[in-house]
Amino acid sequence: MRRGARMTALAATAAVVLPLAACGSGDDGGSGDSGGDLASGPIDIWYSTNEQEIAWGEQVVEAWNADHPDEQVTAQAIPAGSSSEDVIAASITAGNTPCLVFNTAPAAVPAFQKQGGLVNLSTTFDDAEDYITGRSGSAADGFRSADGDLYQIPWKTNPFMLYYNKDVFAAAGLDAEDPQLETYDDVLAAAQAIKDAGAADFAIYPPATADYTNVNFDFYPFFLANSGGTQFIEDGKATFTSDEGLETLEFWQTLYAEGFSSAEAYSGDMWAGPFADGVAAMGVAGPWGKAQFDGKVNYGVVPLPTAAGTAADETSTFADSKNIGLYSSCKNQQTAWDFLKFATNDENDLALLEVTGQFPTRTDVPELAADFLVDNAFFEPFAAAVPLAVDVPTVDGLAEKMQVFRDAWSDAVQSGSGDLEATFGEAATTIDGLSS
Amino acid sequence: MTTLHDEDVRSPARATATRGPRQGRPDPRGRRLQRWLGEHPLGLLLSTPYAAFVVVVFLVPFGFGVWMSFHDFFFTAPGVQVPHPFVGLENFRQVLADPVVRQAFGNLLVFGLINIPLTVVLGLLLSSGLDAVVHWKGFFRVSYYIPYVTASVATLAVWIFMFNGGGVVNKLLGGLAPEPTWLANPSLIMPLIAVYVTWKNLGFYVLLYLAALQNVPKELHEAAEMDGAGTWRRFRTVTLPAVRPVTSLVVLLCIITTGQIFTEPYLLTGGGPNGASMTPALLMYQKGIQQGQPDIAAAIGLILVIAVMAVSLASRRLTERKG
Repeated sequence: MRRGARMTALAATAAVVLPLAACGSGDDGGSGDSGGDLASGPIDIWYSTNEQEIAWGEQVVEAWNADHPDEQVTAQAIPAGSSSEDVIAASITAGNTPCLVFNTAPAAVPAFQKQGGLVNLSTTFDDAEDYITGRSGSAADGFRSADGDLYQIPWKTNPFMLYYNKDVFAAAGLDAEDPQLETYDDVLAAAQAIKDAGAADFAIYPPATADYTNVNFDFYPFFLANSGGTQFIEDGKATFTSDEGLETLEFWQTLYAEGFSSAEAYSGDMWAGPFADGVAAMGVAGPWGKAQFDGKVNYGVVPLPTAAGTAADETSTFADSKNIGLYSSCKNQQTAWDFLKFATNDENDLALLEVTGQFPTRTDVPELAADFLVDNAFFEPFAAAVPLAVDVPTVDGLAEKMQVFRDAWSDAVQSGSGDLEATFGEAATTIDGLSS
Repeated sequence: MTTLHDEDVRSPARATATRGPRQGRPDPRGRRLQRWLGEHPLGLLLSTPYAAFVVVVFLVPFGFGVWMSFHDFFFTAPGVQVPHPFVGLENFRQVLADPVVRQAFGNLLVFGLINIPLTVVLGLLLSSGLDAVVHWKGFFRVSYYIPYVTASVATLAVWIFMFNGGGVVNKLLGGLAPEPTWLANPSLIMPLIAVYVTWKNLGFYVLLYLAALQNVPKELHEAAEMDGAGTWRRFRTVTLPAVRPVTSLVVLLCIITTGQIFTEPYLLTGGGPNGASMTPALLMYQKGIQQGQPDIAAAIGLILVIAVMAVSLASRRLTERKG
């Protein structure tokens, strides 16, 4: 081969294969289930990167370390990455996960389990089943893996509500204190009024890129509300082609077609940014939205709208749960389990609510949070929504299935045109095929 | 022609052999060592770290990627034993049957058809202009180079501001603004990304061309001028042939860049709208990292390697052909 051709070949190859270099795998070391004697000693943990959760994490770790000199916990925020799930998945492959991650997305658990990255809590710890079901009740069953065991402990629930900007609503001639956003028609009418008055650039502006996780910020919460809590996939079949699903799809298609929403990427924080910056009049968020929006916009919250209008105490919503995973690379699993129970005891669960505004996934939230809710009335509707909050389904290959849906969304909904039944019927067939 | 003196200089071992006590019988051990280590063993030592780097960071992962593409593979925690059966061309069959993959490669074609000619033409024009400029040379060079060294996240944020529905570009265009607007328009998003990448990398290519232009002997231009050649003719018959090797390099680098396009669609659109900005590299990320199918991602990568190599070789034949 001539020198030039060799250079070309080498350069062209280098240009493309380097992404693969980051994807190495090894085949030595520990195993998925710890089994045998469980060791105690120092452990590492990761928690979320948001300011409030870091504050909570630091105070819990400080309290634990004060009483456990031989089982010190070292904590840090999840290392930077495109998403927590990508970072954890890569870390599992590398064998350098911490013992506990206090931000494990339920949607990612089947994949982590398949990688052998998670400890089976049900079979590893004698008291795991009792502890987890005692704390979270039947909610724990929603997080069981296909084998019926628990590889995650349900930790916190962030029921989504519809935030609206009172100043924008007032400027559009709408009632800022009683905005009447019960039905899809109500929302579309409000959006039209906002557009006509030029009170905001958009009525609602969820993340617009084709990333599959964005399904949780537009279609899925509204679909859950409209369908009475039907999960995206049930019994291996896609559910979004039901009448309720098509109503929700049509609602969003109208929002895009009328210019009430934007299909363009937002320059900035695409989740909270458009509402916090006053660009959008409405936005969906969990109770964490308060910390994001305080001091930026004058807002109120209402339950998610449905096609026909549903009473607040019957309106399902997206739980956006984050759980705790105990990872198989952990050497001192007994300490990890003990710390996990300590971090989710009554005192620390209440601290979680007080510091972060997020609700622990437990059966006695009304009792635990009673005093807190008296002093923080804003969180009352979120507390009421906790029992109606539904998560993503715990199924294999969920990311691929959600991406199929997202591609159809980009095609037929964000474009503002397209045959919803045909496009999403095809997507449902593809998803069903992946399940089988 | 080799002289005895030359041989002595080049081969001390052999020279010693002819002068030593066992004349006519060279030391076979020394010759073997020299054959293995070459004439400058120190060079071998100095190049070893880089060679090791290439093997560890490039060749091993590449080989592993090729292996993955022929097996049913997913990433596991260390020590987890799962079978990775050989599946032959099944991953490739799946990849080639996937319309999303075909669309991603089609998008790359659109990107390359815009980016490569635009880079060559603008690079040549701007470097010729810079070569002719007398004052503010440094300022212009830095100005062109700044986008190249600025993080894509920052420059893309600026482009989103410029090209979103209410952005400055649409305001300038007024009634001529496209509908749907740039970032949500399936027909415009890939050309827009191609123009963005051209703008961002142009400073680097301008410097390459500038270096080549400054090496063109002034006598050639003077001779052509004396023969009556005008500006355009001098550019065509003197400058262009003189910078042909750089043009070949620029085209090659642009082809490689085309194969790597990831950050722009990832940040701007996530591959949308409707797959119009999906690229093989972004698809590899989705399949390999997000969806836990590194075997499929590796198959896409291998096809991409072959495509980039084929186009690179074709481009070199084209750009290095004597006019």
